Amino acid sequence: MSRLIDSVAELFGRDPRRPAPDDITPPAREVHARQRNDRERIENIRIELAHKAKHKPPEKLRRIRWLVLLAVNLLFVLSYRLDIQLLEGALTASRFAGFHMADLNSALQVMLAFKHVLINLLIGTTTVFVLWWLLGGRTFCSWVCPYHLLAEWAEMLHLKLAARRLVKDHPFDRRARTLLWLLFAVLAFATGYTVFETISPTGILSRALIYGPGVALAWVGALLLVEIFYSRRAWCRYACPIGLTYGLVGATSPLRVTYNLESCFHEGECRKVCLVPHVLDTVIKGRARDLNVDIGADCTRCGRCVDTCPTGSLTFRFKGLGDLL
Amino acid sequence: MLSRARRRFLRTLAYGATVVGVSLAGFVPVLARWNRRLRPPGALKEDEFLASCIKCGQCVQVCPVEAIRLADIGDGFGVGTPHIDARDQACDFSCDGLQCVLACPTGALTHEIDYPHQADMAVARVARPAGCLAVQGKGFHGQARGPAFEGKLRYNEVDRWNPIPVRDHPYDLELCDLCVRQCPIEIRIAQCEAGKPPSGDRNQCPPQHAIELRPLDDGEGGRRMQPVILDGCVGCGVCEMICPVEPGVIVMDSSESRGV
Repeated sequence: MSRLIDSVAELFGRDPRRPAPDDITPPAREVHARQRNDRERIENIRIELAHKAKHKPPEKLRRIRWLVLLAVNLLFVLSYRLDIQLLEGALTASRFAGFHMADLNSALQVMLAFKHVLINLLIGTTTVFVLWWLLGGRTFCSWVCPYHLLAEWAEMLHLKLAARRLVKDHPFDRRARTLLWLLFAVLAFATGYTVFETISPTGILSRALIYGPGVALAWVGALLLVEIFYSRRAWCRYACPIGLTYGLVGATSPLRVTYNLESCFHEGECRKVCLVPHVLDTVIKGRARDLNVDIGADCTRCGRCVDTCPTGSLTFRFKGLGDLL
Repeated sequence: MLSRARRRFLRTLAYGATVVGVSLAGFVPVLARWNRRLRPPGALKEDEFLASCIKCGQCVQVCPVEAIRLADIGDGFGVGTPHIDARDQACDFSCDGLQCVLACPTGALTHEIDYPHQADMAVARVARPAGCLAVQGKGFHGQARGPAFEGKLRYNEVDRWNPIPVRDHPYDLELCDLCVRQCPIEIRIAQCEAGKPPSGDRNQCPPQHAIELRPLDDGEGGRRMQPVILDGCVGCGVCEMICPVEPGVIVMDSSESRGV
């Protein structure tokens, strides 16, 4: 329970806390102590890292994820353009083979602004809630959201420029996202307009793909420029209320990335590629509270850490009923 | 020199303020009513409509004449909301069953209406009577909106199920009565009077006429007529679309009926 509270607090923007010695289980403490003194192991790590620098393995999961993301968005486009009517609508709300689906954040904005909930919207919201609870919440971000893909490309550019010292990452305060989420909820309720939808890059991009481009794309372009030249992954990390909504849904999800302490070399490769590195605080030497630790709610289950970890210490896991109870 | 934390706080504030500021700029076009939009059938009053529309475009996808378009960022809070540019493509109810209403997941297009005559999109207004061919006593021959016009209508006598381009259906009229002739409400009334209501459903029969041509008394016993909008008008925009003169004689006034 306390781990869930920590996970949600970190989702809201609190910095991860170093565990007190008492918070660490005895077996984990033993591994920490052993790893601290194992000179041979440290030497092995150095050799391993040098080898890895030369033979960079392909990011298989990332390729699969991009294909899934493109396929989902393409299904929207083709359903309309070819009139196959399999997935009608846009990411904000749709019908899959006739069943209502509604984006949780868009639905929330409408409910707060309109103050009535039609049964269709309720069905769509519940369906999507269950779907993303099962699949991990922010899984929506990295596996479906079209802005996420553009932002990944923008990030690649940012990192290239940063490597040549042409740009520098300026991190923001992560609590900003929580404030924005609250502010947009209050604004929707108080003004009676779905204020956030006006600038939602997810909605704008999804509609642009399906119904054709518009001037609204300029806003998406501006967000991407900020990410390329000023602040790495700024929108998804520090601003997007959609991400927070899905993060809350995924806080208790059975689909997790799980960390194994014993096999970890603490190289920190995973934290370099992660969109939300604070969820990987546990991989830092001496921080893991147990031999196996589930990664927190803000994790988008993108799998880049799983791909990148040289020792296979991060894996996807679908917790069974027994684990949840 | 500012501390690291302080700089981070300030740039976070700037970023957050920009995001909120840009989103609130969406208020301007709405409050200033820059764009008065003809909304699809069943649309709630404008403010409620903007509150309830989830901007998914499912109404766009089901419309058989592709009358519905989504607004761009120039509409502010209305970005992504559906509207109809009647002069380009009006709603001619060729779906009979108000498919857009059925498709709407949030009730922004109210599910309380079932038939075209219950719609309340706007009220047509004869804005430029002097340009009207009937007022001038003239007929009309040929393609109503010229060869390049892409708008479609469903002509029951041509194809009961599929709308066809207006340019493929030339007219030959002694006196131009296109606005009355193509009015979906008037077409339904005529079908009902002939004992053949749409889909065999008498509930489809509109209770009131929407538009008629009235003789103009010019003291010469001529044949000049003028279109008059009646209480049964639902503001679908077909008369605006089909009017063959430029600029069109009739426009849709959405502030009349929806209380915009």
